[in-house]
Amino acid sequence: ENVDPQKTAFLLRKAWTLYSVTPLYRFHRARLGDYARLLSAFIAAEKQKGLAVEVGIELDIRVAVSSLADLRGSEQDQAAVLVQLSLRSQASSRNSEDKLVWLGWFCSVYGDDLSENVPDDFTCLPLFLTHGAESYTSMVGSWFQKTFDCSFRRLAISPLNLSWMVAMWAGCKLDTAVSAVELVFSVPHLSQPLDISYAIHPEDAKALWDTVQKTPGEITQEEVDVFMDCLYAHFHRHFKIHLSAAKLVKVSTAVASAHCDGIVKILHSQYLPGVLMLLTELAMSQIQ
Amino acid sequence: HIATSLPLPSERDHLRPRIDLIVFMIDIKSKYSLKNVEASLAHVDTSFFLGKVCFLVTGVGRMNACSIETNAVCKLAEAYCSPVLFCELELEGIRVATAQRLLRMLQICAGHIPGVSALSFVSLMRNSNDN
Repeated sequence: ENVDPQKTAFLLRKAWTLYSVTPLYRFHRARLGDYARLLSAFIAAEKQKGLAVEVGIELDIRVAVSSLADLRGSEQDQAAVLVQLSLRSQASSRNSEDKLVWLGWFCSVYGDDLSENVPDDFTCLPLFLTHGAESYTSMVGSWFQKTFDCSFRRLAISPLNLSWMVAMWAGCKLDTAVSAVELVFSVPHLSQPLDISYAIHPEDAKALWDTVQKTPGEITQEEVDVFMDCLYAHFHRHFKIHLSAAKLVKVSTAVASAHCDGIVKILHSQYLPGVLMLLTELAMSQIQ
Repeated sequence: HIATSLPLPSERDHLRPRIDLIVFMIDIKSKYSLKNVEASLAHVDTSFFLGKVCFLVTGVGRMNACSIETNAVCKLAEAYCSPVLFCELELEGIRVATAQRLLRMLQICAGHIPGVSALSFVSLMRNSNDN
């Protein structure tokens, strides 16, 4: 779990779109260079076919596939795999750099439940995170599906899971918690959509969680329920609105933020493994 | 008769026919609906829990939007010795099938099915759930 903050800094403060991925068949870490070349050729072929017809999407793409040894939970976890798509620089000067246009990485943090039950030919990396245009995601996804016989599904996060996240993350000890704990609710059954944003001072949220949590390091559903009920009761006292009847769609804390459509932003390197572990678990339950 | 919560207004007590079955509806997308049901249960006479109460969980077609742990509902139902039915109202087939099940339960609770009492029926349902 000794994650070098420098190597993983690029993961922070980016909005990642989440997918669950079934195990990859006959994925060989020694062949990462080959895979990069094959994927590059695939993308060029897609350009020839004229399939990626979207204004502003360049297809003179350089592909890099690498291993991130630090990003894993236990020894049983496979090391993360990073795919980077860069635009080849047009200028001939040696100083001009390729521009990174898309990032995607596969990882498994404490995904033992899945990897234990899978035959040897399979590599388990159930969580896939992407940042960049959807058309690139779809091309990379298609190539992986064809090559390793796996399947991708957008990872949705239910209100139940979001409330776990906000309780856990609001309770995290941070030296400087500058951002508020925010919950966004969408109100159903109205002619015009209505969103309610509920912001709480991070110290108040942490104080509340500290009174609720009985055993440090352990969280139960009952504790999450009590935490949320307190927030709902407080809001109802002031505004006479039952937030528990609305749909929790997004939670934000100083540690991370998450949206029910499966979009996550991680803000603090210290809690990166914890957040990834939770997301890995969600991905695994979506697969099984 | 449909009510958003219990107790029912006492003004109409004398006009109300006998109640044979109470179905508590819990929307899996609304934590509030579970809290509402929990509060309403306190207003139900204990005699109803001998087979004349049933919990109906709706919205199970959209587990991605769930705000309630289904385990919590099952535990509630167990505590009140009553069965739980799960359904998705947005799907017509399931909606119709669920309505038919409830109607059948109502017939039993109202004593219209000879040889089957509400109590014997609910213990039958409980045994099959445990298996």
